[in-house]
Amino acid sequence: MADSIGKKMGMSAKNRLLSVIATAWFAILAIIIIFPVFAGLLASFRPGTELIRKGLSIDLDVSTMTLNNYIYLFSGNADSQKYFMWFRNSLFLTAVSVVGTLIVCYIVAYGLSMYEYPLKNFLFFLVIATMMVPFEILILPLYKEMITLKLIDTTAGVVLPGVCGASTVFFFRQYMIGLPKELLDAGRIDGATEYGICFKIMLPITKPAFAAMSILCAMGAWNNVLWPMLVYRNASKFTLPIGLNTLLTPYGNNYDVLIAGSMFGILPVFIVFLCFQRYFIEGMTAGAVKG
Amino acid sequence: MKIKKFFYSQKAAPYVFVIPFILSFLFFWVYPLCSTIVMSFQDIGPATSEWIGFKNYSKLLRDPTFRTAIANSFEYMLGTLILLIPFPMLFAVLMDSRLVKAKGFWKACLYLPALTSVVISGTLFRLMFSEYPTGQMNVITSALGLGTFKWLKMKSTGLGALLVTACWRWTGVNMLYFLSGLKGIDTALYESAEIDGANSWQKFRYVTIPLIKPTTIYVLTISVYAGLAMFMESFMLWAGPASPNNIGLTIVGYLYNRGIQKNDLGYGSAIGLVLLVIALIINIVQLVANGTFKKEER
Repeated sequence: MADSIGKKMGMSAKNRLLSVIATAWFAILAIIIIFPVFAGLLASFRPGTELIRKGLSIDLDVSTMTLNNYIYLFSGNADSQKYFMWFRNSLFLTAVSVVGTLIVCYIVAYGLSMYEYPLKNFLFFLVIATMMVPFEILILPLYKEMITLKLIDTTAGVVLPGVCGASTVFFFRQYMIGLPKELLDAGRIDGATEYGICFKIMLPITKPAFAAMSILCAMGAWNNVLWPMLVYRNASKFTLPIGLNTLLTPYGNNYDVLIAGSMFGILPVFIVFLCFQRYFIEGMTAGAVKG
Repeated sequence: MKIKKFFYSQKAAPYVFVIPFILSFLFFWVYPLCSTIVMSFQDIGPATSEWIGFKNYSKLLRDPTFRTAIANSFEYMLGTLILLIPFPMLFAVLMDSRLVKAKGFWKACLYLPALTSVVISGTLFRLMFSEYPTGQMNVITSALGLGTFKWLKMKSTGLGALLVTACWRWTGVNMLYFLSGLKGIDTALYESAEIDGANSWQKFRYVTIPLIKPTTIYVLTISVYAGLAMFMESFMLWAGPASPNNIGLTIVGYLYNRGIQKNDLGYGSAIGLVLLVIALIINIVQLVANGTFKKEER
């Protein structure tokens, strides 16, 4: 409403100037933010040896640009095969962890929001308590545990410790608390079991929460490094971030693949972001709104 | 079948639903936490482990490298608190005003770094902070007449490089947190403040800041944790866990170095638990100071 009044009265000259300054400020900020990625993108069209000799900087000289790095990346030679193996491994890990995390977190959040029972609040308190311990502290004992359980070099070993992520449970619970409980009783009258209600009646209406969380989980899994790096010891299991990291050597003999591969590796996330921008922000800020 | 009937009853169902959490809680939280506490009192060899009491901890107290790691992590955390709370908050207030045009586009641009993995952002910044005069940061400083630096070889510029990388990655994200907090403020409050003759600064100081406090506490909490537990950013900037004179060594970096690389799980566990205690103390102090617990009692 305030906006329409402002328009009707017409912006004063002072406000118009302020508006230009404010917008320009964000334009500058956006340029600074995009700058490193843009520099990387330009560098990916030049030989990797230049990166070692000169470091990374904006170089707009079009005449020295070639597609060689990308041709090499897609050539199907040993390096190219390795890169796309990492890419496939990342896709696989992402798919498994998204599906696993969403199913588990949905079920748990359902149990924490749809019923009244004595332990409910205590269990939810435990979910919150797990957030108070940084994951980094648990990497040593978890690593040892994975060796004992023979889960080293398995996707299960990477995914399981995070499959019931507290923040994802929290988000689903927050969403489901707002859903009408009458639906459960209606389902019961129609003769559905408790589990049937959970999966056949409530799951479809929780779709928006699934959309937001699947994107957030996918991005987390695609970009995750520390824990996968510990669990995946075998080079044939490496994901994209782990693989790219192995190329970052002081000698830099593989910087062609490193820079072009890094840029190409952002692409899938970027495309998903452009298509589902709304869900990214929704899922990410969900925890902060009602903290 | 009685069991089957019980399984399908309304009483049993919630417990069935939370079983995955209970399993994950026990196997991937309680057990590792207890096991790391036990390990911190042990000297763990390849085959046997020996109970050595507080020796790991007393060794830690006298370990100068650990002190370096703690100092580095603290400096980094404080730097992120100073840079990544007030500025994103101001940007969010500005973004929320009627002044800015094409908001969606700017928001998307500022969110872009959050899409990249720490490996890619770390690689880009490592190369931009290259010590060659042609590296981007040296191009900028020499254009400003400040000369060139060996960024990743000195303590102050190394910390600066880490903070620049952190600001690049998180400014937009934190701004979006504050924006979502601002959405929850009733605009009528601003209107009545205006009627009372409040100027923009007074509105910000007496309406926005108090009402956005839950978001600020949230961002503060995650920043304290992320700052103290930072490791991968340093790992990428120095292309590995080692850095000259340990200028990039963090607490988790030292934990990784001792626990994983040198396979000293006992000492590594002690490092982790010291970090946990520090993080919990800071957070409890911060939450009490901000009156979070008081609010819940009401």
